[in-house]
Amino acid sequence: MRGWQAAVAGLGFSLAALPVHAQSLTMGLSAAPTSADPHYHTFTPNNSLVAHVFETLVDTDAHARLIPGLAESWKLIDDETWEFKLRKGVKFQNGDAFTGEDVAYTLDRVPRVLNSPGSFSVYTKAVVGVEIVDPTTVRLKTRGIYPLLSNDLAQVFIIPKSLGPNPATEDFNSGKNAVGTGPYRMTAYRPGDRAELALYDGYWGTKPHWKNVTVRMVPNDAARTAGLLSGDLDFIEFVPTADATKLRGNKAVHLEEGDSLRFVYLMLDRSRGAGPTPFITGPNGETLTTNPLNDQRVRLALSLAINRPALVERVMEGAARATGQFLAPGSVGYTPDLPPPPYDPAKAKALLAEAGFPNGFRITLHGPNDRYVNDAKIVQAIGQMWSRIGVQTNVDAMTWTTFVSRANKQEFSAYLLAWGISSGEASNPLRSLVHTYDPKLGWGAVNRARYSNPEVDALVAKAMATADDGKREQVLIEAQRKVFADVALIPLHIQKNIWGMRAGLTYEPRADEESLAMFVKPAK
Amino acid sequence: MIAWLLRRLVQAAFVVLAMTVIVFIGVNVIGNPVDILISPEADQAERLRIIANLGLDQPLWRQYLHFLVGLLHGDLGRSFVFNEPALRLIGQRMPATMELAVTAVLLSIVIGIPLGLYAGLYPDGAAGRSIMAGSILGFSLPSFWVGLMLIMVFAVQLGWLPSTGRGATRELFGVQWSFLTIDGLRHMAMPALNLALGNIALVLRLTRAGVRENLPMDYVKFARAKGLSPARVVFVHVMKNILIPIVTVIGLEFGSVIAFAVVTESVFAWPGMGKLIIDSINVLDRPVIVAYLMVIVLLFIAINLIVDLLYTVLDPRVRLESQE
Repeated sequence: MRGWQAAVAGLGFSLAALPVHAQSLTMGLSAAPTSADPHYHTFTPNNSLVAHVFETLVDTDAHARLIPGLAESWKLIDDETWEFKLRKGVKFQNGDAFTGEDVAYTLDRVPRVLNSPGSFSVYTKAVVGVEIVDPTTVRLKTRGIYPLLSNDLAQVFIIPKSLGPNPATEDFNSGKNAVGTGPYRMTAYRPGDRAELALYDGYWGTKPHWKNVTVRMVPNDAARTAGLLSGDLDFIEFVPTADATKLRGNKAVHLEEGDSLRFVYLMLDRSRGAGPTPFITGPNGETLTTNPLNDQRVRLALSLAINRPALVERVMEGAARATGQFLAPGSVGYTPDLPPPPYDPAKAKALLAEAGFPNGFRITLHGPNDRYVNDAKIVQAIGQMWSRIGVQTNVDAMTWTTFVSRANKQEFSAYLLAWGISSGEASNPLRSLVHTYDPKLGWGAVNRARYSNPEVDALVAKAMATADDGKREQVLIEAQRKVFADVALIPLHIQKNIWGMRAGLTYEPRADEESLAMFVKPAK
Repeated sequence: MIAWLLRRLVQAAFVVLAMTVIVFIGVNVIGNPVDILISPEADQAERLRIIANLGLDQPLWRQYLHFLVGLLHGDLGRSFVFNEPALRLIGQRMPATMELAVTAVLLSIVIGIPLGLYAGLYPDGAAGRSIMAGSILGFSLPSFWVGLMLIMVFAVQLGWLPSTGRGATRELFGVQWSFLTIDGLRHMAMPALNLALGNIALVLRLTRAGVRENLPMDYVKFARAKGLSPARVVFVHVMKNILIPIVTVIGLEFGSVIAFAVVTESVFAWPGMGKLIIDSINVLDRPVIVAYLMVIVLLFIAINLIVDLLYTVLDPRVRLESQE
């Protein structure tokens, strides 16, 4: 018996002694990319993977601020023309030099990707003409003033012209077309499983530390954490908030966390004009003839009834920042005098009485239960907080697939959502979430509540016609003050992202949620 | 024999057709694929363009008709999410699930039958009793929990086995397999055991019950009286008689191990079909859901066929024609 035990122990020992490559990194990602084609799907896991191989004209730093990428500089030369000066001496991984031709080729290809479920053309459609002045100078024409072109182009990965007309998505997945200017080559891509990356020796920028990187897809939270603890994974993203508390006390593991661009809020139905909204009834269940949410005092009362610090501390376990606006401090359009709304149940009750609801009303609060961090727990907590001011709240959390279909049909009265502000500045949520629903302009596309305020619309339009960055920011700030004074929606918190890595590594937390091997560094 | 096979095939075709109708309606009831698929950044015009592109602006019956026409041409449609043929996506992931399932079934035979025999032959011994008690744990513990415990013990605490993933693979017949490399086998050990656990318990209990039932029978007494060795009595005569229910169950379980490897695959991040189907259901990727379920239905039909054929081998009295 003893011999048998020794044999098993010996086996375990010999199996554990695998070669460890000093300069290879294994990362565990929380969601699988849908493709290795950089223009196929506007989806964070895809961007996170292809950003190792391809680069954009305009890059973003960890705080989502614009920095030079493949373009060294850019400026507006008249209202409708942007000039980009391209970096010299950049070579694609197939040896081709990077020139303005590649920019024109990329911009032409983006809207023509077949069957894309989320086309990058939203970022290129502002460009109506491309002029190649010389190999390192490109002029892009827009229709009218379009101040956000550089923000948009920060999402568009440049591919080489030598891929020929109509490069197929399949050929990017197979690796044939995976030719970028980035620091890594993609040597293997197995969908839903892993991607292998190897250092590209001809990279123009700072060489990353890791020679080989394995990107593994491990969607199960517990398995990802276990992978880090067992040493199979060196680096993981989206550490679940419940595990983070435990991991902070573990010496073998190092955590990094930072503000994201994911703004969590409650939407309040305004889509039915003066008529009643489906999930609100009187305090005894009687039907109402109007929608209480049309009254600003009711909306404010619901906002003041929420104890945001408690939500952040208890429900989010510290992995969030209570907010009274779209963005975290330091972003373009951050408004210093818009603190998180205070927790003031007494004032909330007074406001409800003033609005004609001294005994409150009944409401159902809807939310997803498998989409955002702790989503179901958040709506449950808010339900209790609302009940305390006399708004008897039913909570109904459901799977995202059902939830989002119903939300898009305006079926709910009050519901939890989150919005990832991809551009990192305030015009994006203003245009998408609170501008009047307007298919012609393409604005208000996710304004599911159909909130509409002419003053806000006018300010958003003004901001989008202001080329000067400083002046535009002031208009955006003014618009946000209007939005949150009117309680167009109820801001809750901004999620923090948590990355976990083995002790001895560091990572600068990125607001855009991307996990990039080039920024994972050994601690000094 | 031929008529019997033909009848089976016609039955199968009807089952598959009924299943596709159910899936088409079912997916439609859960939600609209468009709402989940389309990037939130897309504006209204872009949404309409994508909806038209995927054919989702058509009424459901016309979408179904379109699918049937494609089916006649051997085309099960392209995934909404990956823009690749659904069948190819499933094909890419099938080997991973297959080798896991086959290993799990082999484990349940290799471990379950001997233990069951032992427990059946010595039901009152301490070992026999503890085997039976242990088997209760085998099928009553939820497999995701057991999976996490295995990871905690063997990967995190002891560090013997890798926690997740498929490890190194080697090509055989143009397909990548894990069981041909040491690293692949190490990666496969825990998920295969996790998947096999319930089946080990099931096979074990079936074997034990069979042995207990057969031992007091006349033919066993007769064989003993004839002076056959105890080994020959148990392994040839008793075995043959208890094997029919076990083969049936193993056959059915093989199908469900493949179809429901979902839990194990997601706990161990095993890139198989189960993970594909769960991801596809989450984003309502209808072509993949339909194609996957068709593959599974066909698989069950094929397994049942093989089980029926095996009966005739095990028991010469069974005739296929009489099996309606």
